[in-house]
Amino acid sequence: MKSYLLRRILYLLPVILGVSIITFGLINLAPGDPAEIILRADGMEPTKEAVAVLREELGLNDPVYIQYGRWLWGVLHLDLGESFRTGNPVAEELFSRLPATLELTCAALVFMVILAVPAGILSALYHHTFVDHLSRLCALLGASLPGFWLGLMLIYFFSVKLGLLPVMGRGGFRHLILPAVTLGFGMAAVYARILRAGMLEVLGQDYIKVARAKGLKEKWVIGRHALKNAILPTVTLFGMSVGYLLGGTVIVETVFAWPGVGKFAVDAIFNRDYTVIQGYAFFMALVFVLVNLLVDISYVFLDPRVRLERTRQG
Amino acid sequence: MRVSKAERLEAVRQGLLVSVLRKLAGDRFALLGLGIILTVMAVAFLAPYVANDPVKVDLAKRLAPSSALFPLGTDHLGRCILSRLIYGTQVSLPTAGLTLAVIMLIGIPIGILSGYCGGRVDNIIMRVVDVLLAFPSLVLALVIAGMLGPGLINVLIALASVWWVEYARFVRAIVLSVKAKEFVLAARASGTSDVGIITRHILPDVLSPVIVLATLDMGKLILVISGLSFLGLGAQPPAPEWGAMLNDGRPYLQAAPQLMLYPGLAIMTVVLAFNLLGDGLRDALDPRDTVRV
Repeated sequence: MKSYLLRRILYLLPVILGVSIITFGLINLAPGDPAEIILRADGMEPTKEAVAVLREELGLNDPVYIQYGRWLWGVLHLDLGESFRTGNPVAEELFSRLPATLELTCAALVFMVILAVPAGILSALYHHTFVDHLSRLCALLGASLPGFWLGLMLIYFFSVKLGLLPVMGRGGFRHLILPAVTLGFGMAAVYARILRAGMLEVLGQDYIKVARAKGLKEKWVIGRHALKNAILPTVTLFGMSVGYLLGGTVIVETVFAWPGVGKFAVDAIFNRDYTVIQGYAFFMALVFVLVNLLVDISYVFLDPRVRLERTRQG
Repeated sequence: MRVSKAERLEAVRQGLLVSVLRKLAGDRFALLGLGIILTVMAVAFLAPYVANDPVKVDLAKRLAPSSALFPLGTDHLGRCILSRLIYGTQVSLPTAGLTLAVIMLIGIPIGILSGYCGGRVDNIIMRVVDVLLAFPSLVLALVIAGMLGPGLINVLIALASVWWVEYARFVRAIVLSVKAKEFVLAARASGTSDVGIITRHILPDVLSPVIVLATLDMGKLILVISGLSFLGLGAQPPAPEWGAMLNDGRPYLQAAPQLMLYPGLAIMTVVLAFNLLGDGLRDALDPRDTVRV
């Protein structure tokens, strides 16, 4: 078990190294000379001399591998460089906005569970009935709705027309509702269908028949026997959906002016603040990799079969 | 009754097209999806004949309600919303289609190479794939597009450089399973070249699942491209792209909600159509009577 965890963590090291190489390389995609961009951002005319001086100062004349090594050394010390725009450390700026993004992502996950679990169970229990068809329709709509449009429509109905919820910004619980619904709806639909498929498969198993035959109450059959097994595939999906949610926060945060990491990245893109964009990419990859590691580990605890197999391998 | 994979492959080989078409013809939802897609394509071709100039500004008629001349009203610059929606089909569909083509042209050969060659080649490709998968795909696409700067071509490059990974992995998995089949071993034993085995024996088995994936991905791509345009990274003004139209309409949410209602509905309808067709194709290509997800 321990050696499995160790191997899983060791395997991450080359992946993170690869991520760092790609992230470092990203800055080369940007058109123009970084020194020139910084000078322009400072409101100075980039004369040849000024650009040459700044290039030397930033070490841009060094060979690429030296530049990469310097950058990686900085990253290892939690230094993602400084914003071209404000001069503030990028890592600090990202960390200060992370709570807002995490709050939104967690709220979206909660909304997703509240919607998907009952919908998944009901459509499995009443499959091929109206409930099931309705859930399928919602799943199709969920997969086809543009998130930003859903957000704007929700703002129109609940904030502009009915005046029930705030239009944008971060504040209390009421501020969280619309962004969380917008972010979580698409995934909720997918989860509901996967849970339905899992439930249908589990409900046909012998141990469910035995549980029913021995006169167990239906709520016990569903809650203790069926749901526990049907929910496993959704745990695997959880890791992937965090990636989707982190990507989705960019748009949702922009629509709702939510002061998180995603909005920060979009602003950086339009300000051509390349160190921030670079830092954001690395930061998000790190969060994604860590969440997936946690999902893998939690899977070992959730499913005794996996635990046994991996312990044997390890 | 469950059919074994070998039997399934055989069945697929025998009357693939006929059986798929017959099944599709019996699937109302898939037909509806196909009908919508064909209609939208027809609209894209007929746009110059049925729509007004989509970029003609007429400030005197700004934010006009629907009328005989402007059935869906006008936008903040007095441009006909319906005409812009109609011309939008010429942007959204071809961009998504072209992006998908590039993704497949990169992903499928790499997947085949990885699965067929195995060994070191496979190892190297899969490590690159692992690294790319360590990024949330939307985040990486956004960042690449952001670095390259606004524009539909840059969005295409960004999406292709992120999305091919999915196809490479998908195709590799199929190739690995097909490679071990008797008919491939027999072909190799009878002296067929590697290229011959790949084109005649492996590619046909790869294509049908890839078509399903691609149909479903068309919907996803349309969503992502319109999302990036909404953020201001894709199509640039005054191009009548649906996502960009939504972005244009944002400041008028209160005064003229129709500016956002229609482009959103257009995106949703087309994406829904591809999802319906993709679901239908998946069922038609899968002879097992499985649970529909």
